[in-house]
Amino acid sequence: MMNSFLSRTSYWVLALFLALAGSATAQDATSAATVSQQGVTPGGAAGANPATGGGDAAAIQAGDALFKANCTQCHAVNEKVVGPALAGITKRRQIPWLVKWVKNPAKVIASGDEYAVKLFNDYGKQQMPSFALSDQEITSIMAWVTSQEGQKTVADGGGAGVTKENQTATDGQDGSGAGAGKYADVLLIVLVVVLIVLVVTLVIIANLMKDVLRGRKDLDGRDVEILEQRFDWAGLYKSTALRGIVGAVVALALLYAGVQSVMAVGLTQGYQPTQPIAFSHKLHAGENNINCAYCHTSVYKGKSANIPSANICMNCHSQIKTESPEIKKIYRAIERKQPIQWVRVHNLPDLAYFNHSQHTQVGGIQCQTCHGPIQNMEVVYQYSALTMGWCINCHRETPLNTKGNAYYDNLVKLHDKSNNAVPFTVSSNGGTECSKCHY
Amino acid sequence: MKYWKGIEELDNSPEFAKNAFAEFPDFLPVKESRAGDAEDTSVAPRRDFLKLMGFGVAAATLAACEAPVRKAIPYLNKPEEVDPTISNFYASTYFTGSDYNAVLVKNRDGRPIKLEGNPESPVTRGGLSARAQAAILSLYDGGRLQHFMAKGKKVDFEEADRAIRAGLNSATGKITIVSPTIISPSTKRAIAAFAGSHRNVEHVMYDVNSASGLLQANGGVLPAYDFSRANVIVSLGADFLGTWISPVEYSRQYITNRKVRSDGPAKPTMSRHYQFETALSLSGSNADIRVPVKPSQMAAVVLALYGAIVGGGAVPTLTPAINEKIKTAAAELQNNRGASLVVAGSNDPAVQSLVAAINQSLGNVGTTVDLTNPSYVRQGDDARMAQFVRDLNNGAISAVFFYNANPVYNHPLGAQIKAGIAKAALSVSLNDRLDETGSLCQYQTPDSHWLESWNDYEPKRGFLSLAQPAITPIFKTRQGQESFLRWAGSNETYYNFLKAGWRNVLGANGFQAAWDKAVHDGVATGTALAVAPAFSSPVIGAAEAVSRLRNVTAAPAGTVELALYEKVGIGEGGVEANNPFLQELPDPISKATWGNYVAVPRAMAVANKWEQGDVLSVSAAGVAKPLNLPVLIQPGQADGTVSIAVGYGRMMAGRVGDNVGENAFPFAQVGKDGIVYTNAVTLKATGANSPIAQTQTHHTIMDRREVVQENTLAKYRENPKEVTEYERIATPEGLEKPSKVSLWQDYQYNDHHWGMAIDLNSCIGCGSCVIGCQTENNIAVVGKQQVINRREMHWMRIDRYYSSNAHKSDFDEKGKLDTYAAMEDPSDNPQVVFQPMLCQHCNHAPCETVCPVLATTHSSEGLNQMTYNRCVGTRYCANNCPYKVRRFNWFSYYSNEKFEDVNGHMFTDLGRMVLNPDVTVRARGVMEKCSFCVQRIQLGKLEAKKQKRRPLDGEVVAACAQSCPTEAILFGDMRDPSSRISKLLKREDGERAFHVLDSINVQPNVTYLTKIRNVEQSAFFPEEKPA
Repeated sequence: MMNSFLSRTSYWVLALFLALAGSATAQDATSAATVSQQGVTPGGAAGANPATGGGDAAAIQAGDALFKANCTQCHAVNEKVVGPALAGITKRRQIPWLVKWVKNPAKVIASGDEYAVKLFNDYGKQQMPSFALSDQEITSIMAWVTSQEGQKTVADGGGAGVTKENQTATDGQDGSGAGAGKYADVLLIVLVVVLIVLVVTLVIIANLMKDVLRGRKDLDGRDVEILEQRFDWAGLYKSTALRGIVGAVVALALLYAGVQSVMAVGLTQGYQPTQPIAFSHKLHAGENNINCAYCHTSVYKGKSANIPSANICMNCHSQIKTESPEIKKIYRAIERKQPIQWVRVHNLPDLAYFNHSQHTQVGGIQCQTCHGPIQNMEVVYQYSALTMGWCINCHRETPLNTKGNAYYDNLVKLHDKSNNAVPFTVSSNGGTECSKCHY
Repeated sequence: MKYWKGIEELDNSPEFAKNAFAEFPDFLPVKESRAGDAEDTSVAPRRDFLKLMGFGVAAATLAACEAPVRKAIPYLNKPEEVDPTISNFYASTYFTGSDYNAVLVKNRDGRPIKLEGNPESPVTRGGLSARAQAAILSLYDGGRLQHFMAKGKKVDFEEADRAIRAGLNSATGKITIVSPTIISPSTKRAIAAFAGSHRNVEHVMYDVNSASGLLQANGGVLPAYDFSRANVIVSLGADFLGTWISPVEYSRQYITNRKVRSDGPAKPTMSRHYQFETALSLSGSNADIRVPVKPSQMAAVVLALYGAIVGGGAVPTLTPAINEKIKTAAAELQNNRGASLVVAGSNDPAVQSLVAAINQSLGNVGTTVDLTNPSYVRQGDDARMAQFVRDLNNGAISAVFFYNANPVYNHPLGAQIKAGIAKAALSVSLNDRLDETGSLCQYQTPDSHWLESWNDYEPKRGFLSLAQPAITPIFKTRQGQESFLRWAGSNETYYNFLKAGWRNVLGANGFQAAWDKAVHDGVATGTALAVAPAFSSPVIGAAEAVSRLRNVTAAPAGTVELALYEKVGIGEGGVEANNPFLQELPDPISKATWGNYVAVPRAMAVANKWEQGDVLSVSAAGVAKPLNLPVLIQPGQADGTVSIAVGYGRMMAGRVGDNVGENAFPFAQVGKDGIVYTNAVTLKATGANSPIAQTQTHHTIMDRREVVQENTLAKYRENPKEVTEYERIATPEGLEKPSKVSLWQDYQYNDHHWGMAIDLNSCIGCGSCVIGCQTENNIAVVGKQQVINRREMHWMRIDRYYSSNAHKSDFDEKGKLDTYAAMEDPSDNPQVVFQPMLCQHCNHAPCETVCPVLATTHSSEGLNQMTYNRCVGTRYCANNCPYKVRRFNWFSYYSNEKFEDVNGHMFTDLGRMVLNPDVTVRARGVMEKCSFCVQRIQLGKLEAKKQKRRPLDGEVVAACAQSCPTEAILFGDMRDPSSRISKLLKREDGERAFHVLDSINVQPNVTYLTKIRNVEQSAFFPEEKPA
């Protein structure tokens, strides 16, 4: 019980730290969120306008976002994934050819282009889908690819910038916290051992001295009395004061334990069930950098961030790692027409209404804010408490994502006019009212 | 000196002495859910208590250990347009043989959960009837037959087909298909294909609510009416707003001519509506002038009207009161030639011939009556049906198919049909359940539900609509049309068959695009029903009709005449009978639920010393079984008549509908010219008493203008600022608006301020909103006994008020007490007002201040929020609510087995599919009420936020407002100055807009608009006694 309390406290410390780090980079979070959500549809990436003649750096940056939104599912720069590695692409092919290819690969293949046909045949006759990107966007992607050539593949954390920062922060916190903890433990053990040795030594010395004294004959009655004195255990046992203190301590401890266990009823934080297929978010979201919305297609659209259907797995796994026993389970499910029964990790009670799109699309919240370092999770666990207090706290502290959203324009004006000093948080716009979540 | 509270105390009876010191009366038993449980079992024995407590502790301990493992099961292959938790809408069509509605089906996670009106439809224009609203529940009706059956055994499609085909091949006599009216061109083609592959096939259509006479009088077609172009409407017993032919379509037309506003270019006008009828119907209660007449007088009324307009013949004997009304009606009709309309509900071809002649003479044909583009929704021929019954019994029919027809129950000759089915060598039922007819057949090949089917419809010539499946068949059922195709030897799917037929409608050029658009819109123009249905009996000429009606002998004095009628909810008692939403939908007029009753005029009840609820035995000559039904005293019921609703007394409808009320169909008579829905009856008290479950029993509004207001059109034209009386309170500065003085602080609404305006002038009381609300918000059905206990759960109710005969001068003449007592009694022919009543979302809500746990609070958008998980059930809020709109959950309606019958849709996995996943199913012990459809508000806001804009007006619509066929309810954001509601409230401020109980200053967000009647003087609040 104590342990869990301690760990919870450390979570709180951690959360506080994260919140501070998060607010410091809130600006980045917003823009990163826009990019990542627009990755849902290729056309949507138009929002991340590549700088027009604004220099290479801007183009590369825009290309980075576009690549992550559209290409990363099948391509990497320096290694072959579903499609070929893109390093050196601009040397192999001319930009106009690439533009044509990205916009409509089928057409290029159909035109009988030698290189295209060869590519098509080499990659198992699986055709790249067409992307509704502008010429400029494609050029900026190529610019980014060129900038990445030769760099070692870095398995960085989540897709977006802020996550990386958060990630490092988390890691640092975790690392230092764990390091300090271990060190303290060792110190503590050493200290305890030393103390025990000290006590044993002292007892041995005392006994030795007693024996020496007993051997002497010149002791008078008083000395003998002192020598033979026994500690009055019975008296201590009968002492009401001590009894009272001990009783009170025990009672308090029980009460505390009781309250803690009652408060924990229904809490499933840390719940980490075994899934029917050993799917790794660490591999997919972390190492391969696949956009969350690629699989969780409705996370920016609907109430639920749906569990992907098997046909989404098949987009890649009809080609990749087809021999893996875990992936064969997906094939089996499809052959038998029996959907995969995943175990639900996050269970909100029916009385609470939660809508993902409100938080992701409108609020611009990162997945990791609630789901934790999902890109590091081999097996997903429930990171947040998902209690009402947890929700409310966030609603009280989080400023509304009003920027560029005409819905809020007038509200921001009214807020600024009346109460400019405090931030315009979710709760100051009615975000903690009952009927926002309970109906 | 001693005062006493009453006679009991004066007598000091033992009963009184016992109760004198108990502050509260004995509570209604909580453990009892249905009538009939005699002993009170509400006291739990000690052992049970201990057992339960032990179990509870153990269960709580276990529950604390481990939450149950929940599965998340995604699609294997997700359809592109389907996303979990995102609703899709598909256009479809609801038609059950009496009521046509173009609908949109709200599909969530692959299951239909709600129906809404299709605004694209030129016929119903986005309106939806209560029956159509409730139809979603019938899809998940566990009473449906779940597989094919042959001679009592479960069989698969092929086996049944083989046997039926063998039976058909060996048929020597006629092969008859019996069905209700079919308005589907493709279904008719499928039946024609079936007829083409076998010898001697005939298709008999009959309507339970027959319009055979009307069809006959118009040469086999049903005129299409346009009530919106009529300045004067005279209805002779046709309840066109409630049940007659196409009520949703007519309501919409009717109301366009009755909405008033004072800022138009010309002075406001309204149509004038006369209604001559026996029972007080929905149309009658909305009429400006209603005249109660006996069924036997109807012929005379038609003759008199005919005489006054077309001329000819002596006016038959009628009471002066009726004669006078006919004269004024005739005069007004004459003044509005080409812009008037006479309709009659009678099934007598002679009556309908004269009505047609009257409309012809008034020049209405081509304006309000359209014979070139007729309506198709009634095609039944009573004569052919009668011939079928004879054929069946004399063995001329060797194979009979009942295609969604249950004549054993709903035809007056049901007993003969029941006896005759066995005489056919092959009998097949395509009915969706083992009903009274289907269970007598050898084979049952249940038709799929319309939400599982493809189909097309042509309700009116030139207007087509489509139905598309919104779910794959839940059970092993097959579409009837496909069955007919199979039995015709074709292997084509009905979808391909239907699509092929539509090539003729849409043209081969660009067919696919046109077809996709038609499926998407659900409606299309074009015609597919080739010819008007043939009709066997010839048209009756006006002269012959006059002589026939002259010869109608008046019923002898003292005869009690029975008029059969359909209820707005239950209708003819088909699948609707097993639909608990409709069983519990209060009748618009009597507010009775769960069962039928004998509606009697007050005078008859007084004369016979009958009290409400006394069971009468109703018998008639030639009817084998008398009915035992309770009495309901119905103001407006014509003298010397009683009314009984058909559609009840089902024996094989399912768990909900069985044994509710009694079957009155056998009281209809099969006459020479068709079915006559009246009879002469004898009534005898049985001495038993059976309470009627009414949701509203008080009668009049007792001169309380604060609740509901109405005025006359003349006054409104004169000065619109004087039609509504506003309460003023006395302050030191003089009389002021009640809102001037307040204990509360006002809220500031920055974002939205949701509000509702209800136009009492447009509300016809049909109950569509009640069911719309119930399906949207997962509202429990409680059953008859709980309605009697006043524990119904409807968040929205429609209050009905009658006018009384009392006058202000009575206060002086009779004294205050007696006048008030007299005012409680409605007059014999009262005027009626309907007032939809729901949570008023008060800005200064009395409920909020008394909740000890803050379970009901105010939102920053003006909503009065109810938080179920916070509520501890003190019920203080309900006590403090001046509008009585809060409902308390007395039971776990979703898990208490006593409610399994009535509330099945919350019990079984099948039924629960209908629940709206965005709305919590409330537990026992909490209060609930209208939320202004907060789930829809939140969704609308979210969509706007996602698109980075403000919500548009009309995007967020409460379920009731969405459902209303007459657009009486307007919902919107009062903070948005460009919204319709803001404009309406601004326009009507000081004219018709008023708040209910304004003087208590709770400042509701629901505003009502005063009802305006096109009469000389309102029967409510009369100023002076007329001379």
